[in-house]
Amino acid sequence: MSFSFDIYDFTSFTKWIDVSLTSYCTPFWAMIWEMLIIGVAILIFYAVVGLFLVYAERKVCAFIQNRVGPNRVGPYGFIQTVADLVKLLFKELVTIKKADKFLFNLAPFIVIIVNFMVIAAIPFAKGLHAVNFNIGIFYMMAVSSMGVIGILLAGWSSNNKFSLIGAMRSGAQIVSYELSVGLSMITMVILAGTMQLTNTYDPVTNQVLVHGIVDLQKDGWFIFTGHLPAIIAFVIFLIAGTAETNRGPFDFAEAESELTAGFHTEYSGIKFALFYLSEFMNMFIVASIAATIFWGGWMPFHLGHIFGDWVSGFNNVMDYIPPFVWYIGKTFVIIWIIMLFKWTFPRLRIDQLLTLEWKYLLPINLINIILMALVVLMGWHF
Amino acid sequence: MTEEISSVVEVDDQEYIINFGPQHPSTHGVLRFVVNLRGEVVKNLQPHIGYIHRGIEKMCEKLTYQQIIHLTDRMDYLSAHMNNEAVCLCVEKALDIEVPERVKYVRTILDELNRIASHQLWWCSFGMDMGGQTCYFYGLRDREKILDIFEETCGGRLLLSYNTPGGLMWDIHPNFQQRIKDFIKYFRKKLPEYDKILTGNVILQERTKGIGHLSLEDAISYGVTGPTARASGFSCDVRKNYPYSAYDKVDFKEILYTEGDTFHRYLARMEEMRESMKILEQLVDNIPAGDFTAKMKPVVKLPEGEYFQRVETSRGELGVYIISKGDKFPYRIKFRSPNFCNLATMNLMASGFKIADLIAISGSMDLVIPDIDR
Amino acid sequence: MKSIIEYISGIYRGLRSLLIGMSVTGKYFFSPRAIVTQQYPENRHGHGKRSKKQLVMFDRFKGEVVMPHDANNQHKCTGCGICEINCPNGTIEIISVSKVGEDGKKKRAIEKHIYRLGMCSFCALCVKTCPSKALEFSQEFEHAVFDRTKLVKVLNKPGSSLMKGVE
Ligand code: SF4
Ligand code: SF4
Repeated sequence: MSFSFDIYDFTSFTKWIDVSLTSYCTPFWAMIWEMLIIGVAILIFYAVVGLFLVYAERKVCAFIQNRVGPNRVGPYGFIQTVADLVKLLFKELVTIKKADKFLFNLAPFIVIIVNFMVIAAIPFAKGLHAVNFNIGIFYMMAVSSMGVIGILLAGWSSNNKFSLIGAMRSGAQIVSYELSVGLSMITMVILAGTMQLTNTYDPVTNQVLVHGIVDLQKDGWFIFTGHLPAIIAFVIFLIAGTAETNRGPFDFAEAESELTAGFHTEYSGIKFALFYLSEFMNMFIVASIAATIFWGGWMPFHLGHIFGDWVSGFNNVMDYIPPFVWYIGKTFVIIWIIMLFKWTFPRLRIDQLLTLEWKYLLPINLINIILMALVVLMGWHF
Repeated sequence: MTEEISSVVEVDDQEYIINFGPQHPSTHGVLRFVVNLRGEVVKNLQPHIGYIHRGIEKMCEKLTYQQIIHLTDRMDYLSAHMNNEAVCLCVEKALDIEVPERVKYVRTILDELNRIASHQLWWCSFGMDMGGQTCYFYGLRDREKILDIFEETCGGRLLLSYNTPGGLMWDIHPNFQQRIKDFIKYFRKKLPEYDKILTGNVILQERTKGIGHLSLEDAISYGVTGPTARASGFSCDVRKNYPYSAYDKVDFKEILYTEGDTFHRYLARMEEMRESMKILEQLVDNIPAGDFTAKMKPVVKLPEGEYFQRVETSRGELGVYIISKGDKFPYRIKFRSPNFCNLATMNLMASGFKIADLIAISGSMDLVIPDIDR
Repeated sequence: MKSIIEYISGIYRGLRSLLIGMSVTGKYFFSPRAIVTQQYPENRHGHGKRSKKQLVMFDRFKGEVVMPHDANNQHKCTGCGICEINCPNGTIEIISVSKVGEDGKKKRAIEKHIYRLGMCSFCALCVKTCPSKALEFSQEFEHAVFDRTKLVKVLNKPGSSLMKGVE
């Protein structure tokens, strides 16, 4: 098979890698190589996106606050975060005398590993994803909630009361908000009728075996086709997702003005940087999940055929924008909204956080699921 | 450390002790709270002070009355001008000098500008204590306008040293009035933004309403003053009750609430900014012509006796008590600083609430630590 | 029923207040004109990409105490020592000598007017009380030095003399 690279469809590209690798070595080694390639690719992606997000956040908050933000290193301060990372790499790793050293060192890695596991399932463009489970959404939900273990370990092992309070808060927070995130995703699963993220094709006949959530949004993103319940689910997902990423206004685990730095008070140097990066990657993950299940992931903006025949021309124009760009664009719009949350609202108190979840989000969510089920049953969606 | 504290504070086995400060982002300086916590709930709280004690009162005993002024700047640095004025008024009272009308007007204007600047800084740091960091920059952005007025006329931005017994150091700058009018116009537009971003916010209201209640009785018996006391319904505004400078000539409302919780302490300060702007509007066009200082001897010697003068700073009532033995130095000078008394109620207000509330309450008190320690 | 209405209106009011707050921050995000940052080292000169407006300090700004000299290297300080007395924290030290003037009379003249910038609290008493108005504030604010001894300055320039007509 000859080399083919198509920015609209990565399927042939990934297939080309696969075929050429198997032609050189045994399937076992081909598999190992593929894993390595994907691992390295995700690692690079992680670092690049993480650093860019740190930069983006600093710029966004600067503009919101009538400031300029980083503007000294590189054009428009673009390399500032790289410089910061280098600085953090050179910093001393302070070890706490009475800390549980093993857990203390382990904690940042747990947080990072969890991030990687989720990223693996995200479809970035057509044919560009590491794995495509038939329970994709379920997998994401399950894995992303494990990040809290890293935070709990960090808080516990630091042997610092501020850290401990932060970690315990974060535990309570994630346990409750996981529920809302899950339920709002389930609402969309009801609409989609599948938990798989992208289509699987029969290798021979090239027919669709299982429909994926992204491909199902071909004739309109779920937030439009699912109208009211989908919008409610989206809002809930945004709130709960922000809470799950430990970002303001839900940054209890850090709570700078209360707990100095919360669970990572005692971390320094690169270990701190890992926590810091993972916070941003968590945000990226939440945003990309939201983009995928509500805004169609890499699917271009298509109008349904109920608007008449002219839409196919419009849809064709939209198709000219490569899917990867769609995906990144949507994700960053959502990231911007999440950043706006952080830079506008004061922090909640821990009991208000629980009130918000158990008194507001959860009941609304449950009603919303019933509503969505009704909509789907009666065929009221588009 | 723990042993030392637990010998002082009773701790049962469910509680643990945590040190807030002296280095902590929300104590706004070197104040230390030793807090007994049960889970997240504050059981007991002891403020420890003295980390920034500089012995200002003792230093004053070797300084002439003109020289004292610049030290008072450094007590409550956010109401530097009111501190200056307190000493000046006390000395003028002792010498029985009538300062020119112009001086009175300018002093009052600067007082109110300083009050707004101080409340702006309080607003932004309160916002930051609550976790809304953007407030900080909006507040500072607007405060900069006032600092420009100060800088143009007084030469300093924070520490003004513009007063001197008998009057002012020099006359106001020609741009002074215009700049104030510009500022009022500008700030009238920006203040509603403060409300939009913080006052009206449901999170802030939920976090502050009913939190940290201070009853009227406690406010009076602890000697709490300023907006903190007025939020509890204690009418203690020195500007109203014992007018000094030009306060008897202006019409303004004393902001009084009866609820006494964190939210109303917040509101009291927000409303005070509006009232201050009203006062400024009444005065700024009517500054009478005249000298900027009364005739003073180069060496000021107070007649033997004891003198007391109080002024309303942005945090409450500042009293200056001078004992003179007829020298050019005071025999003893004592400042009754508002923050010291306000701080004493912290335990009363915060115990029973959560850590986050403790931060909100101490934020709403607007403590300036160098004023407590002096 | 009433509680349900309260519940829903509570949600409505809450969401509304949050959106109002976001409208303020969102508005500022999209209005780069509102940026108030002054980019420091560039704005000293006031040209270039980063800063169009030049930083001008107010002429009353109390940067540091200086003693102005005229073109003939003459200043107005008579060495009377009043500023030294008036300074609250011993910032100023006057070292004066007796000189025989042109008319043959002995006169106090200044040898060194030492000003310790590191101790000055910018109270302006020296400037105000100087009988011959020999001192002034300059608008210089970049005081950082690597060596503390550099903060001790001699205000009268070497070889300077008293201006004519100043007593
Ligand atoms: S500077 Fe002025 S006050 Fe000081 S010694 Fe010279 S003349 Fe006297
Ligand atoms: S400004 Fe004040 S502290 Fe500084 S030298 Fe002059 S008198 Fe002394």
